[in-house]
Amino acid sequence: MSILIDKNTKVLTQGMTGKTGSFHTNQALNYFGTQMVGGIHPKKGGEKWQAENGAELPIFASVEDGKKATGATASVVYVPPAGAAAAIEEAIDAGIELIVCITEGVPVMDMVRVKDKLVKSSSRLIGPNCPGLLTPEECKIGIMPGSIFSKGSVGVVSRSGTLTYEAVFQTSQVGLGQTTAVGIGGDPVNGTNFIDVLDMFLSDDETQSIIMIGEIGGSAEEEAAEFLIQEAKKGRKKPMVGFIAGRTAPPGRTMGHAGAIVSGGKGGAEDKIAAMEEAGIVVSPSPARLGVTLQDVLKG
Amino acid sequence: MNIHEHQAKAVLKSFGAPVADGYAVFSVEEAAEAAAKLPGPLWVVKSQIHAGGRGKGKFKEAEAGEKGGVRLAFSPDEVYEHVKAMLGNTLVTHQTGPEGKQVNRIYIEDGADIKSELYCSLLVNRETGKPAFVVSTEGGMDIEEVAAETPEKILTINIEPTTGVTDADCEALCNALNLEGTSKEDGYKLFPILYKAFTEKDMAMLEVNPLIVMEDEHLRVLDAKVSFDGNALFRHPDIQELRDKTEEDEKEIEAHEWDLAYISLDGTIGCMVNGAGLAMATMDIIKLYGAEPANFCDVGGGASAEKVAAAFKIIMKDPNVEGILVNIFGGIMKCDVIAEGVLQAVKETNLSVPLVVRLEGTNVERGKEIIANSGLNVIPADDLDDAAKKITDAVKK
Repeated sequence: MSILIDKNTKVLTQGMTGKTGSFHTNQALNYFGTQMVGGIHPKKGGEKWQAENGAELPIFASVEDGKKATGATASVVYVPPAGAAAAIEEAIDAGIELIVCITEGVPVMDMVRVKDKLVKSSSRLIGPNCPGLLTPEECKIGIMPGSIFSKGSVGVVSRSGTLTYEAVFQTSQVGLGQTTAVGIGGDPVNGTNFIDVLDMFLSDDETQSIIMIGEIGGSAEEEAAEFLIQEAKKGRKKPMVGFIAGRTAPPGRTMGHAGAIVSGGKGGAEDKIAAMEEAGIVVSPSPARLGVTLQDVLKG
Repeated sequence: MNIHEHQAKAVLKSFGAPVADGYAVFSVEEAAEAAAKLPGPLWVVKSQIHAGGRGKGKFKEAEAGEKGGVRLAFSPDEVYEHVKAMLGNTLVTHQTGPEGKQVNRIYIEDGADIKSELYCSLLVNRETGKPAFVVSTEGGMDIEEVAAETPEKILTINIEPTTGVTDADCEALCNALNLEGTSKEDGYKLFPILYKAFTEKDMAMLEVNPLIVMEDEHLRVLDAKVSFDGNALFRHPDIQELRDKTEEDEKEIEAHEWDLAYISLDGTIGCMVNGAGLAMATMDIIKLYGAEPANFCDVGGGASAEKVAAAFKIIMKDPNVEGILVNIFGGIMKCDVIAEGVLQAVKETNLSVPLVVRLEGTNVERGKEIIANSGLNVIPADDLDDAAKKITDAVKK
């Protein structure tokens, strides 16, 4: 098993005809034949999109049309920042179960509006400003490099894109492999948090251990740690390794990710590390030792 | 993006918030004229820099006198003297760092009789994903201090984005701030105004500290600090106009033009990394090996050879840089392309400090070959750990 996506997941691309959307739709098709079933463009409905591998994908005028015609349950959003929120809202309205927004730079106030709509719907949003998610040898939604993955037993969840790759790469190198890797994104208001993903990993039989990568800012890691403590009391517990990026970041400055800012003595790395350790997570001080640390943890 | 106090007040005033009359001046000559336009008998002369703690700050220059960056005047002549003393000099506050900030503009404002000082701010609450008011009766002081010492005196009130500020919200805010009578009536008007300004202008933070109750029981925004969501500036050309580049680091401005996220730090090892999280983690691992990073630099996911070269040049402008670590987890970016970009930049900048390059991802072997065969003084690294060790060793030598 895996979480959220597998080989049966059918995916629509919102913003497929743009350079980024086009490139990554091809990449996904080439990754173990991820079922990319069509694209959305309000003015190009009825046209075809030519993939590198020779396949022709239909373009639909709306997400609703695309969903009806293909049976897609997921969509990935590559629409530029100014239109990204509207694209997510369209997917929510069409009843898409899993919406993955890769777009970086979505205004926070737009996400406030999206979040409000999201909690009143049955859709799940991953991102924005995230690398997406990937189940090895089955399905790739987003921009993660497929070549570093291998099928295995580790669930990876991370707020940072390239650090997700680091965790995936290292768990592949030590021979553990992954069940699913989920990048939840670095923005202050996002669709899915650590707790949602951890809950799914705890329930997934194939996931035998978890790597969780957080960063400074906010309190999502502390809340996740509290959740893990409560779940452990119910007997739900898996070996975990963690990392927090930004130990050396100066307070009050935004470190690239809008969410990564330490303010008012809150959101600092040390507090997060302490909370995670209390929840039984082995927090590696080095981002280069995630794989070997997990290997050590599993050996006992 | 941050703006000055006088600009923040002008924005709030345009939404109908009660602020005092005032004028921003850029020269001593303008000071007397501005003072004459205000009725007195009290004028407040305020240094305008993008940092808090101005009142308790100290000027570096002796000619500016012992007083802080915010001074009271009881005559137009005194206004003139204060402006003359402060303008062009360097104000050091707990937020500027020891180097301080040059005061290039001064705001002259009509004074107010203060009965009590309150705290009121708006931000997006990450936990709920909704805008929220944060209020306290302990105004006029550093809210971080209040949070540390008397956290029970700070209240957070979330606002439903679909309804905006309701009467019930106003009631809760007035109760939290002990507002009654006239000041309560003012509160019912002010809170929706602040919310409207916050949401319509895509503010990241709106802080009124202090919000004052005057002797006549009316409310007034006495100080205002506003920052905007950089990602939403595209729809606010009026706000973009307010940007004061003299307040920003020159290297950071140049980086911004190349769409690079760059922040100057105090260490000696320059970093160039793709991805914000990996960039922070790279800084962390440098520290783990006993050195300090000179900067945070995220070249983003789609860095071209030109962008890499631009980042290099910006990093090299920092005289403290004794070595550079390039850490690129290519993924979809091809490592051979990155390697070419790095080598091009090394040649163009006549690099004179050690450079360690760690590449991972697509075409990694070709990328490493290009670096190894370049004949240039570039040290290849196998992984992040190896890279951090090699650059810290190279700098120690």
